[in-house]
Amino acid sequence: MGVTESYSRGRELVEGNPLALVFGLLIVLLLFDLVGKLASGAVQVSSVAVLVKDGLARGLVIGLAGIGLSMTYSILNFANFAHGDYITAGAFSGWATTYLIAGGFGSSANVGSLLLVGAGGSVFGGALGISVTATPVAVVGGMVVAGGGAILLSLVIDRLVFEPIRDRDGITLLITSIGVAFALRYTIQFVFGPSKRGTTAAGGVPTLSVPVVDGTVRITAHDATLAVVAGGLMLGVHLLLQRTRLGKAMRAMADNEDLARVTGIPTERVVRFTWIIGGGLTGVAGYVFVLWKGTLGWFDGWILLLLIFAAVILGGIGSIYGAIVGGLVIGLTASLSVVWIPSSFSRASAFLMMILILVVKPTGLFSGRSTA
Amino acid sequence: MSTADSPLAALWERDAVKIGVLLAGIYLAYVLVGVVLDYGVRGQLNSIATLTFYVALFALLSLALNLHWGYTGMFNIGVVGFMAVGIYVMAVVSKAPATEAAAGSVGGLGLPLWVGVLAGTVAAGLLGLLVALPALRLRADYLAIVTVAMSEMVRFTFLSGTFQRFEVGGLVIGFGGGSGLLLDFGSPVEQLFDALFLGGVYDGLVGLTGTVIENNPQPVTNGLLYGVLLLGAVGLYYVVLGRLGNSPFGRVLKAIREDEDAANALGKDTKAFKTKAFVLGCALMGLGGILWYMTSGAITPNTYRPRLTFFIWIALIIGGAGSNTGSVMGGALFAALLFQGPRFLQSVVNNLVDVEAPSTFGQALAPIAGAGDLAPLGFYVIDSVRQLQLIVMGLVLIFLMHRRPEGLLGHRKEPAASVELERRPDRETPYTDGGETDE
Repeated sequence: MGVTESYSRGRELVEGNPLALVFGLLIVLLLFDLVGKLASGAVQVSSVAVLVKDGLARGLVIGLAGIGLSMTYSILNFANFAHGDYITAGAFSGWATTYLIAGGFGSSANVGSLLLVGAGGSVFGGALGISVTATPVAVVGGMVVAGGGAILLSLVIDRLVFEPIRDRDGITLLITSIGVAFALRYTIQFVFGPSKRGTTAAGGVPTLSVPVVDGTVRITAHDATLAVVAGGLMLGVHLLLQRTRLGKAMRAMADNEDLARVTGIPTERVVRFTWIIGGGLTGVAGYVFVLWKGTLGWFDGWILLLLIFAAVILGGIGSIYGAIVGGLVIGLTASLSVVWIPSSFSRASAFLMMILILVVKPTGLFSGRSTA
Repeated sequence: MSTADSPLAALWERDAVKIGVLLAGIYLAYVLVGVVLDYGVRGQLNSIATLTFYVALFALLSLALNLHWGYTGMFNIGVVGFMAVGIYVMAVVSKAPATEAAAGSVGGLGLPLWVGVLAGTVAAGLLGLLVALPALRLRADYLAIVTVAMSEMVRFTFLSGTFQRFEVGGLVIGFGGGSGLLLDFGSPVEQLFDALFLGGVYDGLVGLTGTVIENNPQPVTNGLLYGVLLLGAVGLYYVVLGRLGNSPFGRVLKAIREDEDAANALGKDTKAFKTKAFVLGCALMGLGGILWYMTSGAITPNTYRPRLTFFIWIALIIGGAGSNTGSVMGGALFAALLFQGPRFLQSVVNNLVDVEAPSTFGQALAPIAGAGDLAPLGFYVIDSVRQLQLIVMGLVLIFLMHRRPEGLLGHRKEPAASVELERRPDRETPYTDGGETDE
């Protein structure tokens, strides 16, 4: 019985979705190729391990920021193109705080320069010796402010921009969010300047060298911070959605808003909490991303945004686990693609992955499980 | 509907008049500012040429986008990708050939300009077809994300070192990577006149400009003539798309926009209709991209960032999606007020005062706290007009979506039938029921 059942299910899958089969075969083929390359020594195991580490780190950031996007996408029914700039705004507010604390509130540099995160090369993160081990208070303080700043920003923008047109269709809201993105991004550029700055003392970060088959993989304290923070927050969101009344209300609303309203769920309050949770995660994601990669620019969030969309769509809109898994898949795809194609196409490969998923399974991997 | 009471109002109801009045107003404002600031003839002519250039291009591109969004309801935010493909393919086809690989320069196929323009347009259409195959069956918001991702993929391709240069049949061609391509095929205007055997007319026009500008009148003449050429292209797009919209084909597109399932149920192959409309719009966008950058001398991939797409979207939304006249007016307004206006203002201020802009926002704010000196902040604002104008565009977009999502003319309902359905009020025969009307 079991065999025939699984056989017929497999046949259904193949007949119903030949593209999925091709897609699956392609992935299997690529994996075989990777194994072959590793065995023949054309590609070093350690360099693949480094790529995997990088991909996982990026994936965690994408996943963390993607949770917020996924939640607003399913509960408010629109693709928020300003989400990337919430990331940038959170990162800038957090890093201004970190600079301020690490700079001794003006004792080692001009307060203005510190608050503008060293606009125009007036002060450098490396000179302030910023790292999670050297200046833990500054980093933790910055992270908290990044989360808080992004929450405040998303609540204010929701109140001013999105709430008055809540009842319109998704496309109207999408276009509006593009306007928000523009205004936000170039306000950030106007205030903080167009330069990309280094934020951390790259040399001063403790590093652990893990031996792999034919080399070593260096894991820094910032890698570890990113993993711990992202993992912890993801777990927190999971518990919140599964164990609390608020989480239940959110899931109900994502499922069917009218029904939720009739049942007596205070929908506007749920919406507010959606922005709070999503905004907080987004701001922290932006902060740890900058901590991890060591540079900060006004363009960072926008660059991440399309990858986050890819992750959210890949995982299935509305599912936070989908966003997390999608983020990891997208991060790994972009990172590992350099084994086969030039690195200038690594982001393109992630987009291609998204388009393929949309063609093969438009509802995403975790489809039909809204916010759960 | 209100009937026109006076001849003037009747005149205003005509679309050509609306566009004409708007353009006249815009030009008058620019010329007046030029007169006040004593620009001189050369400056005036140049400013008019630049204005015409952007007015025409934004009108062109919003017309093309209107075919996608206004007529068919396809949410394409990858416009810039099609523009980039158009101009890049055109450049590769029409650039002068380079055979020696050692020179470091990238050549083209050396074919005539019109072949390049055609090839670029077709290439943009083909890319549209490639995107349409997977993407058009998706929801509108998915289509949006796919198209914007596609436009970024196009940019990565042109940016990548892999396609920087390669040899085809002994010719070194390529996309030039990050350093871009030099467009070395000379002035398209001159070539157009020569191709039409009107070289004498061209020389005459240059001579005519020479009577008001003493030295080097040729670039000014070229700019003005190119502007006229672009306005001609706008007219062409307008007529073609207008006819298309009123054709049976266009009516199916509008039906798809309103309700795709219903159109499908009526036996229309909506997918085929959407694909055709999408490909045509993409080709028109490619041509728009070619016309935009053909005279720029050089192209680099990072020009083609998604914000260019959003410029065109704002232009279309100002004008009102679904209306060709609105698209043209929106393009003109966007170009004059939001795109070119702030830059114009910046040069005006730069002419009037010595702008010594502080390099950072902090240095701009510090004097206010100290001595209440607002000048540095003002200078900083003027110096960063290009960022501020984008903030303003974002705010305008939000404002429009809140207060007037239908734009200037998007409220219009275009008739779906080819015959007039409403009875004319001025009928000759008297009413038999005593003339009772509801009005």
